[in-house]
Amino acid sequence: MINLNHISKSFHLGRPNEVIALQDINLHIMQSEFVILLGSNGSGKSTLLNLIAGNIFPTNGEVSIAGINVSKLPEYRRSKWIARVFQNPLQGTAPDLSIIENFRLAALRTSQKKLKIGLNADFIKEVGERIETLGLGLENKLNQAMGSLSGGQRQALSLLMAVMADIKVLLLDEPAAALDPRSAEIVLNTADKLIKDYKITAVMVTHNLKDAHLFGSRIVQLHNGKILRDINKEDKQILTHADMYEWFI
Amino acid sequence: MDFYLTALLQGLCLSGIALGIYISMKIFNIPDITTDGSYTLGGAVSGILLSSQLPGGLVFPLVVLAGALSGMCTGLIHTKLKINPLLSGILVMTGLYSINLSIMGRSNIPLLNYVTVFNRFHFVDNLNQNSLLILLVIVVLLILLIGYILKSDYGITMRATGNSENMVRALGANTDRIKVVGLAFANALTATSGFLMTQFQGFADINMGIGIVIVGLGSVIIAETFINWMGISSIWISLILVCLGAIIFQLVLAFTLSMGINPTLLKLMTALFVLFIVSLPQLNLRRRTI
Repeated sequence: MINLNHISKSFHLGRPNEVIALQDINLHIMQSEFVILLGSNGSGKSTLLNLIAGNIFPTNGEVSIAGINVSKLPEYRRSKWIARVFQNPLQGTAPDLSIIENFRLAALRTSQKKLKIGLNADFIKEVGERIETLGLGLENKLNQAMGSLSGGQRQALSLLMAVMADIKVLLLDEPAAALDPRSAEIVLNTADKLIKDYKITAVMVTHNLKDAHLFGSRIVQLHNGKILRDINKEDKQILTHADMYEWFI
Repeated sequence: MDFYLTALLQGLCLSGIALGIYISMKIFNIPDITTDGSYTLGGAVSGILLSSQLPGGLVFPLVVLAGALSGMCTGLIHTKLKINPLLSGILVMTGLYSINLSIMGRSNIPLLNYVTVFNRFHFVDNLNQNSLLILLVIVVLLILLIGYILKSDYGITMRATGNSENMVRALGANTDRIKVVGLAFANALTATSGFLMTQFQGFADINMGIGIVIVGLGSVIIAETFINWMGISSIWISLILVCLGAIIFQLVLAFTLSMGINPTLLKLMTALFVLFIVSLPQLNLRRRTI
């Protein structure tokens, strides 16, 4: 689904403060794989996520999504395949608009925004049913402003919004880092469920080893801009916490 | 009584500006000073075309187009050249002064002997009441149109653009284009006000737009006070309150004039009145915290 071929990324190229963020990365992510990107600060995992999203472009190499070379496509032109959930719950939603309006926007991701009323009874019913599956009791508050919800509720809704339109790839940038443990658990369980239900290919950046152990079907550890470890599904199942802690010592 | 009825009619004429400012200011978070120019532009185009005896049904679309074009200029300067929206508006407004003067060819065009929207239709005999009916119909149509647009898929995208631009961009929408369209829409509404006011007062004047942005701003702020106070989230009620704001604004001005205040001081009174409304939430807050 996502192919990264010989990707390198340098910032401030050719200047004394040149930083090599990624060096010759080759990563092939299969359809409906849930990849956890691990790594210490500065290891290049956020850069890698941004390269897939299209915020930044590789210095060398090729990025392809669903068989299409997207190396030169800007973020908004990749949005028909990719949805993204940010660390900051405020970034992915419009606070003054109601929950249902936010969902309408999300549903329009891959289509033209026309001058017709799309927020009709059918749509409200459909969204209500989807929100009910979260089990947060938000299905009765569809007309409430998004800004009046807690960070965890907003993050869980942003996940659900991400899958409103028919996306292929979900990028999660430390989605639970700004949340309390209980909200974090809700958000990550929601993400896990949606990824499985909708057979989405997902990449999640995290610092949390416990989450990395619990979720995902594959772990990729980055170190100094290179892939240090790549643990596949079978090996991940026999992996213990203790093994993982040793990677960072 | 007629005095206040005239104020009410003026308020209805100025509802277009209030709705336009509501869109630029509340929805896009852009303080749009183009208003001063586009209002006069609406008046100038109406004045010159109506006095050439063109039918109002043809003049109105041209007024809307002219207003939309001026808003587009501001929008393009702001989004493409990355110039502060306030400055973009001031630039366009300044340029429009010369354009308006060129369109009119002189500083004032009287319309008293020509067919206008107010003497074209006769529902009741009383002239003022007839105007009231006509204006009410027009304002209701405006509210219905804007309400529909804001509730449509494009409208939701517009509202989100002013609220969380990052999100809209991540959703694959071109926010620059949405802003240009929004400003065009807002200024088309402002020009509509110019169109109505010119016919209502019976002349177009090159100076009719000076300081008019404050009228729109004041109306929106009055409306906002009610919206916050009553916790309103419905778009329809918000739009009605914005038009009511424009009417209240004119009624208050009429009241101050009726108290015998020198008309020379009218703009000063306007500014002080807006200052009063703007500071109202702050004053309230202080009293509550003590």
